[in-house]
Amino acid sequence: MARAQSPRRRLITTLAAWAVALIIFFPVLWMILTSFKTEASAVAMPPQFLSADWTLENYAEVWARSDYPRFFWNSVVISIGSTLFGLAIAIPSAWAMAFVPGKKTKDLLMWMLSTKMMPAVAVMIPLYLLFQRLGLIDTKFGLVIALMLMNLPIIIWMLYTYFKEIPGEILEASRMDGATLWGEIIYVLTPMALPGIASTMLLNIILAWNEAFWTIVLTTTKAAPLSAFIASFSAPQGLFYAKLSAASAMAILPILILGWFSQKQLVRGLTFGAVK
Amino acid sequence: MTKTLRALLGATALITLSGVAMAETTITVATVNNGDMVRMQGLMEDFNTKHPDITVEWVTLEENVLRQNVTTDIATGGGQYDVITIGTYEVPIWGKQGWLESLNDLPAEYDVDDLLPAIRGGLTVDGNLMASPFYGESSMVMYRKDMMEAAGLTMPDAPTWADIEKAAAAMTNKDTGVFGVCLRGKAGWGENMAFLTAMSNSFGARWFDEAWAPQFDQPEWKATLEFYLNLMNSYGPPGASNNGFNENLTLFQQGKCGMWIDATVAASFVTGADSTVADKVGFALAPDNGLGKRGNWLWAWSLAVPASSDAKDAAKTFINWATNKDYLALVASKEGWANVPPGTRTSLYSNEEYAKVPFAKMTIDSINSADPTAPTVKPVPYVGVQFVAIPEFQGLGTTVGEIFSAALAGQKTADEALAEAQAAVAEEMKAAGYIQ
Amino acid sequence: MSTHSSRLAARLMVAPSVALLLIWMIVPLAMTLYYSFRFYRLLSPDRTGWVGFNNYLWFMNAPDFWLALFNTLTLVGGVLIITVILGTLIALLIDQPVKGQGLLRILIIAPFFVMPPVAASIWENLFMHPQNGLFSAVSRGFGAQPILFLEDYPMLSVIGIVSWEWLPFATLILLTALQSLSSEQLEAAEMDGASAFSRFRYIILPHMTRAITVVILIQTIFLLGIFGEIYTTTQGGPGSASTTLPYMIFKQAIVAKDIGRAAAGGIIAVILANIVAYFLMRGLGRNLDS
Repeated sequence: MARAQSPRRRLITTLAAWAVALIIFFPVLWMILTSFKTEASAVAMPPQFLSADWTLENYAEVWARSDYPRFFWNSVVISIGSTLFGLAIAIPSAWAMAFVPGKKTKDLLMWMLSTKMMPAVAVMIPLYLLFQRLGLIDTKFGLVIALMLMNLPIIIWMLYTYFKEIPGEILEASRMDGATLWGEIIYVLTPMALPGIASTMLLNIILAWNEAFWTIVLTTTKAAPLSAFIASFSAPQGLFYAKLSAASAMAILPILILGWFSQKQLVRGLTFGAVK
Repeated sequence: MTKTLRALLGATALITLSGVAMAETTITVATVNNGDMVRMQGLMEDFNTKHPDITVEWVTLEENVLRQNVTTDIATGGGQYDVITIGTYEVPIWGKQGWLESLNDLPAEYDVDDLLPAIRGGLTVDGNLMASPFYGESSMVMYRKDMMEAAGLTMPDAPTWADIEKAAAAMTNKDTGVFGVCLRGKAGWGENMAFLTAMSNSFGARWFDEAWAPQFDQPEWKATLEFYLNLMNSYGPPGASNNGFNENLTLFQQGKCGMWIDATVAASFVTGADSTVADKVGFALAPDNGLGKRGNWLWAWSLAVPASSDAKDAAKTFINWATNKDYLALVASKEGWANVPPGTRTSLYSNEEYAKVPFAKMTIDSINSADPTAPTVKPVPYVGVQFVAIPEFQGLGTTVGEIFSAALAGQKTADEALAEAQAAVAEEMKAAGYIQ
Repeated sequence: MSTHSSRLAARLMVAPSVALLLIWMIVPLAMTLYYSFRFYRLLSPDRTGWVGFNNYLWFMNAPDFWLALFNTLTLVGGVLIITVILGTLIALLIDQPVKGQGLLRILIIAPFFVMPPVAASIWENLFMHPQNGLFSAVSRGFGAQPILFLEDYPMLSVIGIVSWEWLPFATLILLTALQSLSSEQLEAAEMDGASAFSRFRYIILPHMTRAITVVILIQTIFLLGIFGEIYTTTQGGPGSASTTLPYMIFKQAIVAKDIGRAAAGGIIAVILANIVAYFLMRGLGRNLDS
């Protein structure tokens, strides 16, 4: 609803918008600044801006102390793996719910969302035991399954709303031309739904990347992702603000960069197709 | 990491060259992210050279997260870990459950008789050593010599609580943001309750009488809590109910505390490079009240082998490397004597080099004055100075810790807090079947 | 379009996800239900047995239970109110043509990329800390005593932190809703002399109803289970001032290692979540149909 505005009003809104954006972003910025300070400078009062002792030492130490590439790689595999797996199961379901809706489709969707309502801590021991019996503790495969199931309702929900936006006539036309069901999905539907699928994918990668409870409970070494990396730097003995900030920056930077490059898709994805 | 990698590559090359077919064993070592453990990971090159057939995988986590993961694994027989880092609270309980492998068969070079008796006693279950101490600690008073001097006071080597109060009053200057005393206030069985339980011993209080009846309705606990609240409210930093070990360490290092009564391992941090007051710190024994017991605790972070491990021999080889005398010498040669893991071996304290470390004597004196089997003035049915070595204590300690933390935040009076604590603990002890 | 064969195909396509989610829901739920009637403490493996409703009774008679229930709803409600209102305002603001919109958006959604434990620890250590935090420096700069956020206003602090984490999500959904509003309609209203407020009230707000509903639904589901932020910052305190139901369960499961009680708490939490969901669906469900 962009409309013509007077230059003065435009300047004011620009300034106000930037002020708000900077306030929201400031904690992240402050964390990044802190990660480049010495520990003593990080806790100095009054806070040091220009006068701070700047250093790369924190990053060097964090890098030397733990196997960052391995944690990073595990995070990549787990978040992308669980998302792709989830999409493979969710696309047909969402398609069916969007184009062949039954009376119970809405209820089914709500029920799926409600499976996320069980508090994680309450099922910790049951799930842990289950994973243990199945030999899935500390395996990437186990985490992929767990995170996939955890986010599946959201994937389905998002895809469903995107698919709903695709006009049914196009499908009927292709059916007239004799396309099979799978042909319809692969050649007609998927290309049209690609932006929606892409944004679903992105949002789920972020959700999986940020998951910090199950990823720690269900892993030890081989499959431990960046959340475990963070847990090895939080609250040790001694000063740790700067080092924790550096580790935190290393954990969120990859996903922040991904978000930067795919910002447009993400903005769509985050909307859950809430609006047409 | 690259160092380890290089060492590993080197080791692999060595095996190939010598043509010896060694069975490669991988062990998973779970440890807390405390300074001494992090240092150990930096020294792995030595282990890898000596034991090229053993690959060590580390799981380093923050204390609470580690405890949660290790407990879940061991209680469900998971077998994910070959070496675990646990404390003096866990060892007696887990040892009794048969969850730990006995360490009686460590090689002679381990020299089990060199371990400090108080520490060794806490890690022995039915005559079997169940865990090997990595470092031991007690608690003591750390104070600012310069501020005491400016106030015209001197800190006795063995102060009373009255001395502490007097010194706190003299050093507090709220205008400059300097507080006479910083003590733990953050709720938790290992946070404020570790401090308060140890402190209560010097007031003659106890958690339970010989028949497991909770004792929070007794005058000794009232005296303890009232003294603590008064001391903190008058001379402590604001927001203390959220201060644990780390928060107080930071405050002390920044020069905002006149005194801090906490773990002896903190001594190396407050005199270390990060500290702005490194050269102004003095040490004294934890305070007493003339009742024969001091308010200091006893703890040892120790390495143990879970019974569910499938690489017990390699695990013991690792424990022997990490906790014998050679390891102490190794740390001393690489990082200096001040950074040697303290509080485990008699020989360390008879070493002349180590005696030059400013906090060495006070640390050993503190450790030697704590007795886990007779922690307080009156007899008790439990083992443990700042904890009660029963499985229920983590829950109990945290519940009471929350109540006392709320009292520190001004939400409850001492009497209300004690009444609540008494009721909560009594109920839980009934549910657990200790009392009717 | 709904021929018999396509219906069958549709069923088949929905089946895998329904089956998987059913297993994913039923198995842990059944196990939790089973444990909730058992004496099961990780550290006392020798003592097991059926205890009837004891675990439930303990949970509901715990001194902090009702407060925790209240706090849980306060947290959900507080975060929803803050994120929806601020999200709407920010969306209205950045929907205007402003310079550097791409970068602006990235700055605003940045909190969404921060892992919750990291977010909580940034706020606790770098901002709210009474001695080292930036806020205390600001207070002191004005010659005032630092505010003891986590001691005096624990629930508000937690709500603030969680709102910061979820604000980007709300803002973006609401922003996209705004962007799809046709400008003709607004211009027409403006020409008719409608004030800015009445334009918002009668044109913009109705258009955003569905987006707001989605924000409320999705956020509620996530917010009902939050305990990590509380654990990192206030640990439910001081006392039990900021204890929520999930945090109570967390304490039983992880600190006291009493799986039976934690399971009973979990079942109570599921019941609560379903009650909340029922009212949400009754109140908002029709907004979802377009």
